[in-house]
Amino acid sequence: MYAFTYHRPDTVRQAAGLLARKDDAKIIAGGHTLLPTMKQRLASPGALVDLGGVPELKGIERKGRGLIIGAMMTHAEVAESAAVQEAIPGLAALAANIGDPHVRHRGTIGGSIANNDPAADYPAACIAMGAIIVTNKRKIPAEDFFQGMFGTALEEGEIVTKVAFGIPSRSAYAKFRNPASRYALVGVYVAKRGGEVRVAVTGAGASGVFRWTAAEEALKKRFAPKSLEGVKADPSGLNSDIHADAEYRAHLINVMARRAVEAALGK
Amino acid sequence: MAAVSMTVNGKAVTADVEPRTLLVQFIRENLKLTGTHVGCDTSQCGACVVHVDGKAMKSCTLLAVQCNGASIVTIEGLAGADGTLHPMQAAFREHHGLQCGFCTPGMIMSAVDIVNRKGSDLDEHTIREELEGNICRCTGYHNIVRAVETGAKAMAGSAPVRQAAE
Ligand code: FES
Ligand code: FES
Repeated sequence: MYAFTYHRPDTVRQAAGLLARKDDAKIIAGGHTLLPTMKQRLASPGALVDLGGVPELKGIERKGRGLIIGAMMTHAEVAESAAVQEAIPGLAALAANIGDPHVRHRGTIGGSIANNDPAADYPAACIAMGAIIVTNKRKIPAEDFFQGMFGTALEEGEIVTKVAFGIPSRSAYAKFRNPASRYALVGVYVAKRGGEVRVAVTGAGASGVFRWTAAEEALKKRFAPKSLEGVKADPSGLNSDIHADAEYRAHLINVMARRAVEAALGK
Repeated sequence: MAAVSMTVNGKAVTADVEPRTLLVQFIRENLKLTGTHVGCDTSQCGACVVHVDGKAMKSCTLLAVQCNGASIVTIEGLAGADGTLHPMQAAFREHHGLQCGFCTPGMIMSAVDIVNRKGSDLDEHTIREELEGNICRCTGYHNIVRAVETGAKAMAGSAPVRQAAE
């Protein structure tokens, strides 16, 4: 790892100031993607701005039909939160299955979203539930926020502060993990809110998370695993690699979507 | 250089370190506590697991400066002052939960963390799921799982480690 200077602001304002002043500064949240990347020298920021000491980025709050999660909440905190478990059990379950227990003690929702790894779990939840990503500058709908692999709408120096989820009536996530890396080979989040159904797929798409609209249409007619029988995901635009080819991923999308619907129905 | 102070196994420590110093480097090289191991350095194996403010974390994927002000417990902090093994350590010995021993400090720190979070009545499935972040190249895991089960029960009466060390 190359040398850098380290800064630990107390507020988002201070953090933004540091990012503006320092050339080549990067935010560190939990650091569980950034530090491994820096060790491999794939990233070499001149300065790290640590958000670990910023209390305003913590906390989980239920507001009417919304659930607002602070960007620095760890996966373990989201998984264990009574408010999340009650409002969106599917999201609590998703958080409980990211990485391993040690990673969950450190990795954060804000970090995961800002990084937009094409195999990360949270982006699927954000898209399926139409989340709003709140930054220190503006509010960005999830569908505008995620822009292909590792790409987001974030501008230089912009900091994710909160993620606001609309609470669905039913939702769940199912993923098929790569047996070695444990990342999602395919992950599908299904959410139903009133007559609206959204199905978001992570891990599979060559340009990151996407909506599977054919499944949404089928599930709108009847929200049941059976509705997805014969609905095929299109393999074009899916990843093909040593772990799985596009055809297999397309097949898994259907299987995971059915499992997610089943879980959402509490079966 | 950056100043760090933290509590390690109940003792206050202060040092000037380069910001890029990993917590595991700090523990092993500055404090000479070499019980914490580096198996992979890529966040997979869990040999480096220590408790940071009562939670199991991979010390190879943390900067020492991020832990400024934190309370850390390493494998050396588990046994009693007179050398009496912690119940989880004793269970690993009794059940032959190790062969080469390289993964063992991380396994034991993780096991104690599981008990802190999930209580002492653990079934085999839970233990296997919860050991997801710890890799052992020798044992085939069976005896580790047995050791964790027994160690967890033995811990039932004793105080959780994070309080004991603070
Ligand atoms: S050395 Fe830290 S996870 Fe392997
Ligand atoms: S005992 Fe050798 S790696 Fe686990």
